[in-house]
Amino acid sequence: MATENTNYTSVQLMVTAAAREIGNAEVVFVGMRLPLLGFFLAKSTHAPDAVGVFELGIVRDSLAPEPILTMGDLPNLYRAQWLADTADVMGLLQQGFVDVSFIGGAQIDRYGNLNTSYIGATETVQTRLPGSGGACDLASLAKRHIILLPHEKRRFVPRVDYITSPGYGSGGDWRRQMGLPRGGPSRVITTLGVFCFDPDTREMILTAVHPGVSVAEVKQNTGWPLRVASDLKQTSPPTAVELEKLRQFDPKGYWTGDMG
Amino acid sequence: MPETKLYRLSDAIARFVADGSEIALGVSQETLIPFAAGHEIMRQQKRNLTLIGPISDILFDQMIGGGCVRRIRAAWVGNVITGSGYNFRRAVESGAIVMEDHSNLTLLTALQAGALGVPFMPTRTALGSDLFKTNASIMPATCPFSGEKLAAVKAIHPDVAIVHVQRADRFGNAHIWGNLGIAREAAMASRRIILTAEEIVAPEKISSDPNRVLIAGFRVNAVVHAPWGAYPSPVPGYYNRDHQAFIDYRSASKTPQQFEAWKSRWVDAIRSHADYLTFLGDERLVTLGITHHVWSEPVDYGY
Repeated sequence: MATENTNYTSVQLMVTAAAREIGNAEVVFVGMRLPLLGFFLAKSTHAPDAVGVFELGIVRDSLAPEPILTMGDLPNLYRAQWLADTADVMGLLQQGFVDVSFIGGAQIDRYGNLNTSYIGATETVQTRLPGSGGACDLASLAKRHIILLPHEKRRFVPRVDYITSPGYGSGGDWRRQMGLPRGGPSRVITTLGVFCFDPDTREMILTAVHPGVSVAEVKQNTGWPLRVASDLKQTSPPTAVELEKLRQFDPKGYWTGDMG
Repeated sequence: MPETKLYRLSDAIARFVADGSEIALGVSQETLIPFAAGHEIMRQQKRNLTLIGPISDILFDQMIGGGCVRRIRAAWVGNVITGSGYNFRRAVESGAIVMEDHSNLTLLTALQAGALGVPFMPTRTALGSDLFKTNASIMPATCPFSGEKLAAVKAIHPDVAIVHVQRADRFGNAHIWGNLGIAREAAMASRRIILTAEEIVAPEKISSDPNRVLIAGFRVNAVVHAPWGAYPSPVPGYYNRDHQAFIDYRSASKTPQQFEAWKSRWVDAIRSHADYLTFLGDERLVTLGITHHVWSEPVDYGY
């Protein structure tokens, strides 16, 4: 049995939980920042045959030979399976060849809609955020997507100010009504816990709390009456092997805050 | 023999980038961003530009801070490894610039339509999103064959595309390699094309490998020799990304005053490209060089 390991940061826990969502041989559309780490972690542990697709036109089936901070860093091009155009990888996505993707956001609501564009009204902008990038496309067109974000009450709102990346809209079969061909968020992984969505109503449900986190704390930091799964679990912390790999991919702790 | 299209950077920008132009640049996302050309546009104080690109890292933020920009048609504007672009935020929040919100796929689709010479193209992305509210170039549509719901994206025809490439000849034929992003569509859709190149090489070198050519030379208006012209972004085969420059830019752009100080040092004080390289210093440039060379196998184009 692995020894209890509390020597990890909350970001390392999130990235590990995200990596575990990747099945072996799945096609993963890899976003910027934490998803880069999650993909490499999965690839170097339980999902060695996973294929990574990057929006700027890279497909790779091997690890990058050196740590990278952006998907365009040259080690990520080294012996890629395919160096191509954005049109090629977006074609894979739009046709339905992408199994899973990961996106982040500033604001999320109970149906998993994400906002990375505007806080406040779009006419009188209170705060302008960077925008969609590829997130809207991944949320629209991947077979499923997983959302990573810090858990704070100002981010977990009843209704997002702007839908950058569609989740389940207003619930039920909203995606089908809109014409979205497939997909939807399958998991939300935050600094406090892990969530899934009700298969019928599509409302977010707390399924696991991270070690040391109470349900009350999660509810306090959520802006609507949160549903909790009857068989609530605790997130398994990163193993020593997972932490070692994460340090290898992020040796300076730029993303994970782990300075070693 | 076609005429040579070689220009000095300042002459190419002066001649082909008018105030009020729509310019596509930074079209390979994190790689090959034409920073040298963008900075020259700032030095020449071009005004009321529309910038077009998927994710152009901090270049868009710098040009907004330089007062060059009236409108943005992009999927994402910020600093890829640190987050917000502060000039962008300030400009949108104050109403100084207008944003047309794209996703990477809707921007690609708009340029594909432009490249193919059709008025719009359909896509399945963004259905149900609020991009429709802040982007008049995306409209709900129905497939005339199946009745399926789609999004129609209006064609974009930039006035100018500025693309950084590894090597070009003096007639506008250029080799580009690595991840190309939307470089092909942006070049094809644009009325004029400026290439900035790490190296100017003999035409025979380019024609020895025509599969690697960005676009037929007759479509290109200007070729500029700009070694390190994409710095601090990476150029496959030439240099790596200078992460520290992006990290430093975050604090250098937090307030308008800090940005002015950054701009006077990094843009206004640079009188020539040679100046810029001296300013960067050999020590910094050497650390970014390619240390693990991986040459491709030659292929036979013979007959």
